[in-house]
Amino acid sequence: MTETTEFDAVVVGAGPAGAAAAFELARAGRSVALVERGPFPGSKNMYGGVVYGRILDTLIPRWWEEMPVQRWVTRRQTMLMTGHQALTIDYRTDTWGRPPYNGATAYRPDFDSWLADKAVQQGATLLCSTTVTGLLVEGGRTVGVRTDRPDGDLRAGVVIAADGVNSFLAKEAGLYGEVSADNYTVGVKETIALPREVIDERFAVRGDHGVDIEIIGCTGEVPGGGFLYTNADTVAVGLVLSLPALAAGGSRPEELLAALKAHPAVAPLVEGGEVKEYSAHVIPEAGYDMMPELVGDGLLVAGDAAAMCLAAGVWLEGVNFAIGSGAAAGRAAHAALRSGDTTAAGLAGYRTRLESSFVLADHRKLREAPHLVMGDLAQRQLPGLACDVAEAVFQVTNPDPKPGLVRIARKQIARHGLKLPTVARETIRALRAYG
Amino acid sequence: MTARGAQGNEVVGPLGPTYPAISFETRMDSVEFRVHERPHIVVDDTICRDCSVRGCITACPANLFIPTSDGGILFNYEQCFECGTCYLVCNEEGAISWSYPEGGHGVVFHSS
Repeated sequence: MTETTEFDAVVVGAGPAGAAAAFELARAGRSVALVERGPFPGSKNMYGGVVYGRILDTLIPRWWEEMPVQRWVTRRQTMLMTGHQALTIDYRTDTWGRPPYNGATAYRPDFDSWLADKAVQQGATLLCSTTVTGLLVEGGRTVGVRTDRPDGDLRAGVVIAADGVNSFLAKEAGLYGEVSADNYTVGVKETIALPREVIDERFAVRGDHGVDIEIIGCTGEVPGGGFLYTNADTVAVGLVLSLPALAAGGSRPEELLAALKAHPAVAPLVEGGEVKEYSAHVIPEAGYDMMPELVGDGLLVAGDAAAMCLAAGVWLEGVNFAIGSGAAAGRAAHAALRSGDTTAAGLAGYRTRLESSFVLADHRKLREAPHLVMGDLAQRQLPGLACDVAEAVFQVTNPDPKPGLVRIARKQIARHGLKLPTVARETIRALRAYG
Repeated sequence: MTARGAQGNEVVGPLGPTYPAISFETRMDSVEFRVHERPHIVVDDTICRDCSVRGCITACPANLFIPTSDGGILFNYEQCFECGTCYLVCNEEGAISWSYPEGGHGVVFHSS
C-alpha cells in the first residue's frame, strides 16, 4: 500500500529557483513542499561567484542585512589574456559596498540554505535528503513526483521543476528537444584559503569589499573563460570549459586551471594558499536558444533546469535569473490553482510573466551573445589582438617616433591574420548582439 | 629551495614564482563525499570498447573514467560531482546509466 501526501504544489530542488518559487507559494497561503536531494540546500551547488541581489527586493525587504555575504563586489574586472600578457578593464566604486548594494560573493551552501529558510519561514515544508526519481503522471498530466523515501509519492496540483541543469523532470515530461553537449560547459573551481589581510592587500580592498574578475583567453585550445573572485578569507579561481572541446581530448580541466594559476597576472593573487575545496558543475551555456518548453500540464520549469543562466561575456549571471524565474513560477502556480486550471493553458501566465521581466527579456535580447563569446573570434583572436594593441600603444620605441593609434591598430589586425572588413562586420554583429 | 607538490612536481610561472602543484588525490580529498553503497552511475564498458571518442576520459572533472590496457574503461562512482558531463559527452548509446545518488548522499559542497 502506498501512502501519498498531497500539497498544493511540490517544488523540486531547493536552489535559488526552487526556494523563490516555494517562498511565493507559501506567502500566498499555499501548501508547498520544497524537495532537496542534498543533505541541506546548496550542498550540490557551485557557481562562478556573484549573487546580484536586486531581484530579492521583491521577496525580502532589506535582504542585505541578513544574507550570508562573503564580500560585496566593489571592483569588477574583465581581463583579456594570452599565455604571457593580460589587458584588464578595472571598474571600482565604493557605492556598491553600501545599501542597496549590487553584487556579493557568497558560498552557495550558505546562500541557498538561507533563501530556503526564508521559504520555510513563510510556511513551506522543506524535505532534504530526498531524491525525486520521476514524475507522477495521470492522463498525460503531471500530478506529483516520486521520491526515494519509503511511501514517498508526493501529489500536487502543480509541480515546479527547479531540479538544476540536468533537469531529468523537464526531459521526462518531453519539454526539452534534442539535448546536445554543444550547449553546455563545465565549470571547475578551487576555493583557496588565504588570510583576510593578505586578500585585502593583494586585491586592494578593505573591510567587506571584494573583487570579481572575469577572464577570456585563459583556456588554451578549449573555448571557455575563467573567473577569479574574493571571499572573506578565501579566493576562488575557476574555469568554464566547452564540453565538446574538452571531450575532444588534449587538456584536462585541472591542467588548464593549473596553467591559469601560474599565469603572471594570476599567480601573485593566488599563490601560497591551500585548496580548501575543489568543485565542478555543468552550466547551460547557450541561453535562449537551448531553453525547453517552460510549461506543461501541471508542470513549470525554472532556473538552470530551464537553461536560464546568462553567459554573455560581460554579463555572467545565474542566481538572479533563477530567483526571478522561480518567483514567477510560484506566482503563476498560485494564480492557476486559484482559477482551478493547472493545465498548460492555465499555467501559461508563467511565460507571460517572464517575458515582461528581465528573465526572458534579457535572454531574448542577448540570444546571440553566448554564441559570440564562445566563437573563434572572441576565443582565439580577440585576446591576443587586444593585448598586442595595448603593448604597441604603451611600449616606447625611441628613437623611432610613435606610430600613431590607427597605424598600430591596422598593423596588429593584419598581423593577427584578420581583414578590416571582417573586423568591421564582427564589430557590427557584436553591437547588434549586445545592443 | 623550491616548493614541491605531493607528486614532486612544481608549477613555475613565467615570472618565476613557484608554488606546489597539488596532486589530483589531494585535490579530490578537499571534497566531501557521502558515499552510498548503490552506484548511481553504471558504465557498461563492453560498449566503450567500440567507442573511438571516449570524451569522458578527458572531460570528467573528477577523472573517474580510466582507460584500461585491454581497451575498456574503469569507472568508480564514489568521488563523483554529479555534474552530468559524462553522459552529455558520451558518444555511445547505453554506455552510461546515469541517475542521482540516494537522498542525502553523494557530493556535499561547503565553500563553493
